[in-house]
Amino acid sequence: MNLRTLFYVLSAIFLGFLIPYLIATYLFNKEVLSPEQQLANAMWRGSIYSLFALGYALIFSILGLLNLAHSSVFMWGGYIGLMSVLKLDMPIWVAMPVGMIGGGLVAVSVDVIAFMPLRRRNAPRISQLISSIGASVILLSLATLIFSSTPKRFPQDSIDALPGTADKPLTWLLDNANVRITPIQIAIFVIPIVLMFLLEYMVNSLKIGKAMRVVAFNQRIARLLSINVGNIFAFTFFLSGVLAGAAGVLQGLAFNSMTPYMGATVALKGLTVIVLGGLGNIRGAVVGGFLVANIEIMSIALGYGWLSDAVVFSSLFLILLVRPQGLLGESGKMRA
Amino acid sequence: MDAVFDFLAPVGLNETNFQFMLIAAILGCSIYVTLYGGMFSLANAGFMAIGTYVSVVLTQRYDWPFVPAIIAGMVAGGLIAIIVGLPVLRLSDIYLAIATIGFGEVVVVLIRNFDRIYEEIFDKKIEITGGGKGIKNIPVTTDTLHLIIFLLIVVYFLYRMQHSRFGRALAAIRQDETVAANLGINVVYYKNVAFIIGAMIAAGAGGLSGHLNRVIEPDDYDFDRAVDILTYAVLGGTTFFIGPVVGGMVLRYLPELLRRLKVLSFVGSIVGRDLTNEQAAVDGIINGIVLILFIVYLPGGLADPQLWKSLYRRLRPNNTQKGAP
Amino acid sequence: MLVVEDLQVGYGAIIALRGISFKVESGQVVTLIGANGAGKSTTLNTLSGLLKPRAGRILFENVDITGKRADVISQKGLVQVPEGRLIIAPMTVQENLEMGAYKRTDSEINSDIQQVFERFPRLGERRKQKAGSLSGGEQQMLAVGRALMMRPKLIMLDEPSMGLAPMLVNEVFSIIRTIKAQGTTILLVEQNARKALQVADYAYVLERGSIVKEGSAAALQADEEVIQAYLG
Ligand SMILES: Nc1ncnc2c1ncn2[C@@H]1O[C@H](COP(=O)(O)OP(=O)(O)OP(=O)(O)O)[C@@H](O)[C@H]1O
Ligand SMILES: [Mg+2]
Repeated sequence: MNLRTLFYVLSAIFLGFLIPYLIATYLFNKEVLSPEQQLANAMWRGSIYSLFALGYALIFSILGLLNLAHSSVFMWGGYIGLMSVLKLDMPIWVAMPVGMIGGGLVAVSVDVIAFMPLRRRNAPRISQLISSIGASVILLSLATLIFSSTPKRFPQDSIDALPGTADKPLTWLLDNANVRITPIQIAIFVIPIVLMFLLEYMVNSLKIGKAMRVVAFNQRIARLLSINVGNIFAFTFFLSGVLAGAAGVLQGLAFNSMTPYMGATVALKGLTVIVLGGLGNIRGAVVGGFLVANIEIMSIALGYGWLSDAVVFSSLFLILLVRPQGLLGESGKMRA
Repeated sequence: MDAVFDFLAPVGLNETNFQFMLIAAILGCSIYVTLYGGMFSLANAGFMAIGTYVSVVLTQRYDWPFVPAIIAGMVAGGLIAIIVGLPVLRLSDIYLAIATIGFGEVVVVLIRNFDRIYEEIFDKKIEITGGGKGIKNIPVTTDTLHLIIFLLIVVYFLYRMQHSRFGRALAAIRQDETVAANLGINVVYYKNVAFIIGAMIAAGAGGLSGHLNRVIEPDDYDFDRAVDILTYAVLGGTTFFIGPVVGGMVLRYLPELLRRLKVLSFVGSIVGRDLTNEQAAVDGIINGIVLILFIVYLPGGLADPQLWKSLYRRLRPNNTQKGAP
Repeated sequence: MLVVEDLQVGYGAIIALRGISFKVESGQVVTLIGANGAGKSTTLNTLSGLLKPRAGRILFENVDITGKRADVISQKGLVQVPEGRLIIAPMTVQENLEMGAYKRTDSEINSDIQQVFERFPRLGERRKQKAGSLSGGEQQMLAVGRALMMRPKLIMLDEPSMGLAPMLVNEVFSIIRTIKAQGTTILLVEQNARKALQVADYAYVLERGSIVKEGSAAALQADEEVIQAYLG
């Protein structure tokens, strides 16, 4: 099953890249500037999107609810990582897990405040959606109060302290082009892929992951099997927050600039990602992440960067109309 | 009118604030119509943007008079709602929400890039929407009376709706779509009509607010605006026609009241921060708390007749004790 | 082993149980018979902790478990096999059984799974198959097997024979006999009163939320009213 995921990821990267590339060069006679570089960019950017969307998809698949506060958890995770570098002088490789755990805890508190009371009352899914919007707005506003809305960045010396970064970014010479890839970008590409495989392993093979799937399938059965459903919910939120936190720190490193609004832009892209992949489809979230990144990178490469949002959001809108189960989803298939 | 506002000034109610409260009330009504039929659509910020831009472009660039321009904006909103509604309203709850969020974003992006897209296609420079910077120096033509009249028309419509065939059909659809269809209610038709009406109200609010603000920018109509509109309806309640009006006005007035009562500087002095310059963040926190509190504890909203009845009963314990056997 | 006192349960305005009391002694098979809607499933779900009672008390092994959470109760050894074969369709047969042992940490889980496969050879043959693709009878066996994996002290079966062909019904009841023979106490809910009374030691008759009759299985089998209403 893991090989299949890998296959899907790779095909998403290459098809998402190749198809627009071929269309651009042969149909419109547009020159794509340094395609190798674009591919590299699409890979690490797609990796962040996938990681972010994974948490979204996880909550939807296990709990059946859309947590619109996920983007704020992402931002908080990023800031917790950043602050532990800025204020506590932690090295980045410590700040990263700190940001992840911080994101996890923020996600659990979102569950406690916004979802738990509604679950008790068996409220409709839409109420949960609204209250998650409420939680998101509160988290965002708190962040602007606490961290201020001026951009912040990881200090250069903390980045230089990472192994292999000291002098210059790696420059790989390919046959006829320079591809500039920094070690951080490689890490950004690798870490999410590793986390995705861990997640998939957990959900499919570990006991707790199987318990999550039972809860997703039928909460009554779960409870009769001695599974503490409340704990599984909290754990699922924690995991989604950990993934979001990792994405947040990586995003901060990748663009080397953070504002409390960093979540807002990713929020809607992440929504597009999970809808493309099929709501609640974990593998689909990964594939969708790379697809969306490719759409963006290609439109930038072709000189239409200003249209990339239009393309992304139109595809969100259109895919829902044409294929609401997503590209990978089979209609009527179970959520998890 | 002026005398009234002189009187209300100490509580933070000047005419400008009141105008924005009226706009908020109208926007609340626009989402109320769809929620009344059980449709969770977040498209109204998009329709508001359409109404704003169409009417402002007409008055500013083509010298249309005010009222026809507003009506044209509403018609444009309605037409786009017809096109969008048919496919989108087949989706249910979460999927409808996501699709309408997507729609809103597409509208904003298209408005922001309208001139550029035109140039790209027709190879001719124009200035219609003014890109990301928007349109500036719009003379203020909307006055309080326009807003009041428009709101009254909308509220009268909502009031009539509640007791009409149309309203009953929507209520039935909200209860259970399949049952409603089995009862012979044309679900697709009624849902689309509600969606179109909601869109036109939002577009009208947009046109009126566009001629009130002096400046319009595409970013004013993004997801945050959709959340604002939703909050108005959630605060006021979605089953009783006064709800969205109360919700919109209260929510819009709350920050002014807080400012007047120096709540912010008081809280700020406790936490040791000057909060008076953080209006946006404070508004956000209020919005968020309102959304959660009302959805969790008062799902009927502020204007829920049930709520007031039970409150009344509780505040007059003597009566109930006498009445009890 | 299980003592229920004056249990009252409702769904909103509907009252489903109007204060019922009964007992299950250790090692016995006790059956609860009654028509559709009498409140049999409601009783089991309340004992399992899926529903909260309005009044009354439930004692399991002399411990008050009234209103406790379902996962806590099932861990104490009071295990329900719910109505309608609630198996975990997207998981394999083997995984379903493993989930029965979710809270167990001992080393005998695998040998218990083997035992289930010996008892139900058809499950053994299909261990890698998705549970959703099993036939109705096989699903019922899987549900029972999964409950046995929890090593119950008292197993509650909700209409295990419902919708099964006559041959399978006989098989289900012979399984009940072997479970009893191994010393597990059983509370059996059935509409098939004839069969239920054949395996049971003691029986209660439930009608519209109240217990209207009780007695040893033999006595009820001879009771005119019971014959008329349930065995006729
Ligand atoms: N979720 C529910 N909501 C409302 N009423 C319910 C609910 N479940 C059961 N009831 C009502 O409670 C009463 C008892 O139902 P219960 O399911 O316990 O009956 P039963 O004896 O198990 O019947 P059957 O043999 O059909 O399974 C019935 O009148 C039923 O309509
Ligand atoms: Mg039953």
